[in-house]
Amino acid sequence: MAREQAFIPEKDLYANFQEVVPPLKPKEAIDEANRCLFCYDAPCIKACPTGIDIPSFIKKIATGNLYGSAKTIMESNPVGASCARVCPTSELCEGACVLNDASRPIRIGQLQRHATDWAIRNQAVLFQSGEPNGRKVAIVGAGPAGLSAARELARLGYEVTVYEAKEKAGGLNTYGIVSFRLPQEIPLWEAEQVESLGVCFRYGVKVGVDIPAQELVDRYDSVLLAVGMGPVPRLGIEGEDLEGVWEAISFIEDTKTKTLTTDLTGKKVAVIGAGNTAIDAATCSVRLGAEKVQIFYRRTQKEMTAYDFEYEFAKQDGVEFRWKVAPKRILGTGGKVTGLELIRMELGEPDEKGRRRPIPIPDSEFIVEVDYVIKAIGQERQLSLIDAFGLVHRNGVPVVEEGTYRTSRANVFAAGDCIFEVGKTDAMVVEAAEQGKRAAYAIHNALEEKHRSH
Amino acid sequence: MADLRIELAGIKSPNPFWLASAPPTNSGYQVMRAFEAGWGGAVWKTLTDEPIINVTSRFAALHYGSQRVVGFNNIELITDRPLDVNLKEMAEVKKRFPRHALIASLMVEPKREKWHEIVKAVESVGVDGLELNFGCPHGMAERGMGSAVGQHPDLVRQQTEWVKEVAETPVIVKLTPNITDIRFTARAAREGGADAISLINTINSLMGVDLDTWLPIPHVDGRGAHGGYCGPAVKPIALNMVAECARDPLVGIPISGIGGISTWRDAVEFLLMGASGVQVCTAAMHHGFRIVEDMIDGLNNYLDQKGITSVMDIVGKSVNTYSDWGNLNLNYKIVARINEEKCINCNKCHIACEDASHQCIDIIRDAQTDKLRVVVREEDCVGCNLCQIVCPVDGTIQMVEVPIGKPPLTWNQRQAALSANGSCSNEG
Repeated sequence: MAREQAFIPEKDLYANFQEVVPPLKPKEAIDEANRCLFCYDAPCIKACPTGIDIPSFIKKIATGNLYGSAKTIMESNPVGASCARVCPTSELCEGACVLNDASRPIRIGQLQRHATDWAIRNQAVLFQSGEPNGRKVAIVGAGPAGLSAARELARLGYEVTVYEAKEKAGGLNTYGIVSFRLPQEIPLWEAEQVESLGVCFRYGVKVGVDIPAQELVDRYDSVLLAVGMGPVPRLGIEGEDLEGVWEAISFIEDTKTKTLTTDLTGKKVAVIGAGNTAIDAATCSVRLGAEKVQIFYRRTQKEMTAYDFEYEFAKQDGVEFRWKVAPKRILGTGGKVTGLELIRMELGEPDEKGRRRPIPIPDSEFIVEVDYVIKAIGQERQLSLIDAFGLVHRNGVPVVEEGTYRTSRANVFAAGDCIFEVGKTDAMVVEAAEQGKRAAYAIHNALEEKHRSH
Repeated sequence: MADLRIELAGIKSPNPFWLASAPPTNSGYQVMRAFEAGWGGAVWKTLTDEPIINVTSRFAALHYGSQRVVGFNNIELITDRPLDVNLKEMAEVKKRFPRHALIASLMVEPKREKWHEIVKAVESVGVDGLELNFGCPHGMAERGMGSAVGQHPDLVRQQTEWVKEVAETPVIVKLTPNITDIRFTARAAREGGADAISLINTINSLMGVDLDTWLPIPHVDGRGAHGGYCGPAVKPIALNMVAECARDPLVGIPISGIGGISTWRDAVEFLLMGASGVQVCTAAMHHGFRIVEDMIDGLNNYLDQKGITSVMDIVGKSVNTYSDWGNLNLNYKIVARINEEKCINCNKCHIACEDASHQCIDIIRDAQTDKLRVVVREEDCVGCNLCQIVCPVDGTIQMVEVPIGKPPLTWNQRQAALSANGSCSNEG
């Protein structure tokens, strides 16, 4: 994938951003569906955070009941079409498939995509809103958790309003996962499904800026905070403000929302970090024509948080990985990046999360020549918003009651990546969807209880 | 290398695999291609005096899961080519393949002189035998031929007699399965002088209904008709009928086995159950003539591995093990045993037993490993085999004999003993 030439025709750039995994061909899907054993009490169901009845949706593909199949998927997972593409299936459903021991696992993710693609193509109406119950819920954030909660609450008869700072729904699915893995039309279809239930979306509205947080608490019976996380934090090193220092999430967002840039053509790119977003930034860079793309990570392959298949994908794209190095200084001339000074690291004692702490090796600095530095070292917490609601939090993570997602404040709930803490749950789309569902039921239960006690 | 040559009622062929009378044996071109591919014999598509008219479409198939053509049916009739053309080509085939079995399938109006004429005509081109088509269930039956004859033992006997009056080559009578008891027509064929029987012809069937047009599958300009069912799905029915004839002393003539034979394994089963040779159609229609290569090779390797020198040595070897329910030992008991090493924990055995059998397979959480296991409560197991049947991994569930410490006792023996004791029992 890495390119030698300095000029790439624009149409080739766009071709590079087409979905890389081809869909199953119709016969392929039938063949694969027929391989499923239709296990009783199947382990794949338990391995799915949203508990999709996987054998059932697969059986429905085998009998030509694609409407029923898509409904089974979306019933359990309101963002099931996106998850079909971005779930780490080998760690979840496919990893649990009993056929791992006897043959090879069923391609559950691909079958899920086959069924949901059918629903998208056929504009299937899968769900109806419930009888209005006169109660109103505000949801802050239209990402996977917010959409999931909105869908369930609308089905229960709530009047739901979703406040979204961006122009479109879908959150990270729409803006933060590369197009060649998840094209925008997929999460946008999922949002349309929710919208078709009568959920009101207020786009471009920043809660806490355009509308006071307190107003939501006052105007609605309940508020659900599903705001995900914030921007990539600063590295805090010299040269960070030079032209050519980017942050991964906005960089990826630009490839999904703007005309593709030709700035990277033939250039050298350094990506700092080794999570899935770092991989996405690196593979985007390659696909934008960068000549050399290197990922720098202060730990080793063992500690990186990127999924194995993402890592393999990046290597196939020609991304180079440099382990046990940390950035020390970004060098530039005339205000533009020219190089990156790194220092070698070694791994010391495990930290509180069990990961071995990287320690700089004195006098091991070296410089690599680069034109761009892309930061992908995690995301900040949305502290100002959490403060605006006056929630008790731990390092920017709202404290929630286990199982109910209830925050320290009555009638304010929180779900999704904004309550993600390392070692507790995984920051996965599918996990956020499940939390959104559960938070919706918890809100419903709480309001029902309140209604009864009055 | 085992000797694969067979002899069926005096008809010799280099191996037991014949093409059945059907679309694949419609012309000399096809039969010669088949012989070149290795088929030992062919029963030419049924001849008659006046060519018939066919309709479109004619064929339909049953697909199950990803498996295509589990069953097949057709509403095609017998040959639609003039008799003299067929005869000329048959003579040519016989000249070029003198060692292969070439059989003429025949069907004419139920008139003595019509049978005499056609028998003389086909024997003049040098065929090795005749097969009387008393089986075709569609079209011709409405005209008083095919299964219209095969469903009446008297007509079978009478028309076989007419043929035998002039036939100089062996006469095989092909039977229809669309009757209550195949043995009655088989006996009638023998009484009429048949040298052998062949079975089964196709079974009455309606392949399907189109969910969008609501028309039968296949349909001819908006209407369908019952067709003849064949293919792998009919094999158990055919095998039973072959076995019933083979174990009936009143039948007592050689059998050419037909019905869903797709591999050498199927062929061995028919041979063991009393067929001296087999006829194949659907498998050849599905995959072409080349499938015979594995049929021959597989049969040969099977015989070699068993140390059997001639294929004729296995003919009928299983017939004496096939009997009536009343002769089965009531005191024989098997139970299911699950090999946990092989089990992949799909738990299909559990739910099959729970929903459809005797609720004796429990799912238990192992205290030590915290893993789920399926465990058979042997005392409640009735040995029905359902768990083994639904298990997707061969060899994981074994049905194990459990001695119950009683001598063998059949239901017939038990009833005899009970009546000898003067007691009265309605127990089944």
